[in-house]
Amino acid sequence: MAVFREYNSGGKDRSAEDRRRHRQLVEKAIKKNLHEIVAEESIIGQSKDKKIKIPIRGLKEYQFVYGRNQGGVGTGTGKEKRGDIIAKDLISRGPGQGGAGTEEGEEIYETEITIEDLVNYIFDDLNLPYLERKKLSQTETVAGQKPLGYRTKGIPPRLAKKRSVMEKIKRRQGRRRADPEFTKDERFPFHEEDLRYRYIREEKRPQTNAVVFCIMDTSGSMDHTKKYLARSFYFLLYQYLRLKYTEVEVVFVAHTTTAREVREEEFFHRVESGGTFISSGYRKALEIIEERFNPAVWNIYAFHTSDGDNWSEDNEQALAAARELCRVCNLFGYGEIDPDGFHMTSPISRLFQETLAEKNFAMVKITDKEDLFPAMKKLLTLEERLEE
Amino acid sequence: MAGYTLAELAAWGERIEELAREEGLDFYPQEFELCDYEDMLCYQAYNGMPSHYPHWSFGKAYDRLKTLYKYNISGLPYEMVINANPCIAYLMKENSLLLQILTMAHVYGHNDFFRNNRLFTTGTRAELTVETFKNHARRVREYAGDPSIGYERVEQLLNAAHALRFQTNRVVGEGRLSYEEYYRRKHRSGQEKTPDHPLLEETRAPGAAAGSTGLKRRIPPQPEEDILWFITEYGDLEEWEKDIINIVREETAYFLPQIETKIMNEGWASFWHYLLLTRLDLPEELRWEFYKYHNQVIRPLPGSLNPYHIGYVIFKYLYEREGKEKIFEAREVEKDQSFLRRYLNLEICKELELFEYIKKSDEYVVKEIADEEGWKSIRNQLVKTTGLGAIPVIRIVEYRPLDHHLLLEHEYDGRDLEMNYATETLRYCAGLWKGKVTLKTRLNREERIIHCDEKSNLSILL
Repeated sequence: MAVFREYNSGGKDRSAEDRRRHRQLVEKAIKKNLHEIVAEESIIGQSKDKKIKIPIRGLKEYQFVYGRNQGGVGTGTGKEKRGDIIAKDLISRGPGQGGAGTEEGEEIYETEITIEDLVNYIFDDLNLPYLERKKLSQTETVAGQKPLGYRTKGIPPRLAKKRSVMEKIKRRQGRRRADPEFTKDERFPFHEEDLRYRYIREEKRPQTNAVVFCIMDTSGSMDHTKKYLARSFYFLLYQYLRLKYTEVEVVFVAHTTTAREVREEEFFHRVESGGTFISSGYRKALEIIEERFNPAVWNIYAFHTSDGDNWSEDNEQALAAARELCRVCNLFGYGEIDPDGFHMTSPISRLFQETLAEKNFAMVKITDKEDLFPAMKKLLTLEERLEE
Repeated sequence: MAGYTLAELAAWGERIEELAREEGLDFYPQEFELCDYEDMLCYQAYNGMPSHYPHWSFGKAYDRLKTLYKYNISGLPYEMVINANPCIAYLMKENSLLLQILTMAHVYGHNDFFRNNRLFTTGTRAELTVETFKNHARRVREYAGDPSIGYERVEQLLNAAHALRFQTNRVVGEGRLSYEEYYRRKHRSGQEKTPDHPLLEETRAPGAAAGSTGLKRRIPPQPEEDILWFITEYGDLEEWEKDIINIVREETAYFLPQIETKIMNEGWASFWHYLLLTRLDLPEELRWEFYKYHNQVIRPLPGSLNPYHIGYVIFKYLYEREGKEKIFEAREVEKDQSFLRRYLNLEICKELELFEYIKKSDEYVVKEIADEEGWKSIRNQLVKTTGLGAIPVIRIVEYRPLDHHLLLEHEYDGRDLEMNYATETLRYCAGLWKGKVTLKTRLNREERIIHCDEKSNLSILL
């Protein structure tokens, strides 16, 4: 006779620990793929609470398994005929052979994370410790004064006249009650103790105004890969500034031989043909600064990405404009995107390097996704130095 | 429980057991455990074991199952039963009375199969199952808790051991000889003249010594399937590492009979739940539910294969043509591959409406259908891909002690390895081996040599 019994877990969830560990490993995997997420999502300028869905490749349990080239046996309807096509590989292969992520057994988790989480991951990755992040967000200015009531001590300019008169009236009323002989017409001067002073506190607010100029060469030579790198870089820069300032405006300037202010969409997806005058982009940025962003009020960050293919007749003008940008900006950076690692240094970058000695100028070279973080770091350290 | 009591359930259980015995089923004492669906998910994630060593892959399995269940992509299994003596089966409280009855009958089928099939009787020791897994869990936890080892190292080792767990001895229940013993026997049988301690001499002076004796002792003497075993013997592992690897190997050995008899086991259990329930005089309303669920269990899955369906149809066919004795014989001596080879015929192929497909570029094209000319090819293809046939054969063909280099070869039968998986698995292998590992395989019939050095760097030679 069979035994029947009820299972009693004793309130213990036996899989809890393994689940926790799995999720922890998944989170690690997310951090590893940050570059891809950053590069693929349209996240610049989004609110920090916006949630983005990111697919994570499930943690695979690798074993020797067969690929998809094998045939097999299936149950049919009895109506199949030789040569019938029963199915197609719907999953298109990703770039590169092997097609990671399309194989059978592939599990893709979708996890939602907020941009804020994402940014935190990124700065974790950049080793920017929390304390420093906090310090950054406390770059303060005296933003206004807040009244906090009245006090009996103070400086003359803060004398609260109405309040002082009220105090005097109160005192006189008291006197009248206590002293029946006291008459209305008797002189009754202010006393020290009547005087009230406004008490105010200076309010410090984090600096609010910052603007990032994303200047990008959109000439034909900037292909998809290069733009992708540029975009990732701008995202990082933007997020970094968001830590520092509450409001960050972003201005996109696209240039070939002429420059225009464009929207984000256009900035990354438009392909233009034509040559390159880097100076045109700088001039445009200067123009916009002149019109809308007074350097006295705004913290201006300008960053230019290009593949360095500048037409040589423009080099001198570019240099002059770069100097001017250095003068008005907190930081001016030039990033050379060179995914092939082909030319060591372009003429324009050499020119910048040799002649642009301004302290707030930074130059980085990006050949690969892996270079993004070091490049960012270089900027951060420069920024720190400038503040000191 | 939905509309029935434990006593009612036990009464039905008793009648089923009685009937099963009358029909000649021969089973271990049966225990049923009632649990809710979360417990069921847990059991499922841990392969039905009441205790099991920890590893994130089980957490992943649980989360995955739960997601699938939540979105109704897959239902929970009605039944979960483990090969143990006494045999333990889980019944989910949320199930209807009929489902429980069906499940219980089904479980007696499995129980009989566990107790009688050759693979289980030679390959596993059912009376030790629960204790063994518990003991494994305890040992792994101890290592993880040992400050000189720690959780992460245990985890890494398990990752690697899991990657290679099915590269194992494919013959269930076969004892193994050490290589030394192998050579000694070979020597004794006079096929070969060797000094007393050939292995020792070989390692002391490879090459030269081999030349002088005129013999070259190969390690392994024959291609070795059991990669984990080899690494514990010839690799550079600490005792706790060897122990954990052996734990993983023992678990694989435990599950191997189930992998090799999936179709038979489920077919047998389905055959018996049907037969027992038809003899159970179910009240009418339960009978309709029974037909509904039975048909669901054994329904064909278009374009794919349902082991319940295939096994059920073959056993039913055999029962109807050749009688009860025949099916009892088959359940005792066969495994899926031999079962299909022996009993799958044109008629059954037709009934199952099987067809064979091949892949041409990105299209799957019907190659053979169940008719006079086609069915044998279908059968052969099915046999080839069933049980361990679905797992690539990769063997150690040579060990070069001089540079601690391991050579693996994939026995290519036209099926390519999934390359991303192969390279990552090779990395695990090299990590465990702490040395160079090379795998020879073919991709689209062209030779590929994948090399992984001890630092996990890969290179692929064309």
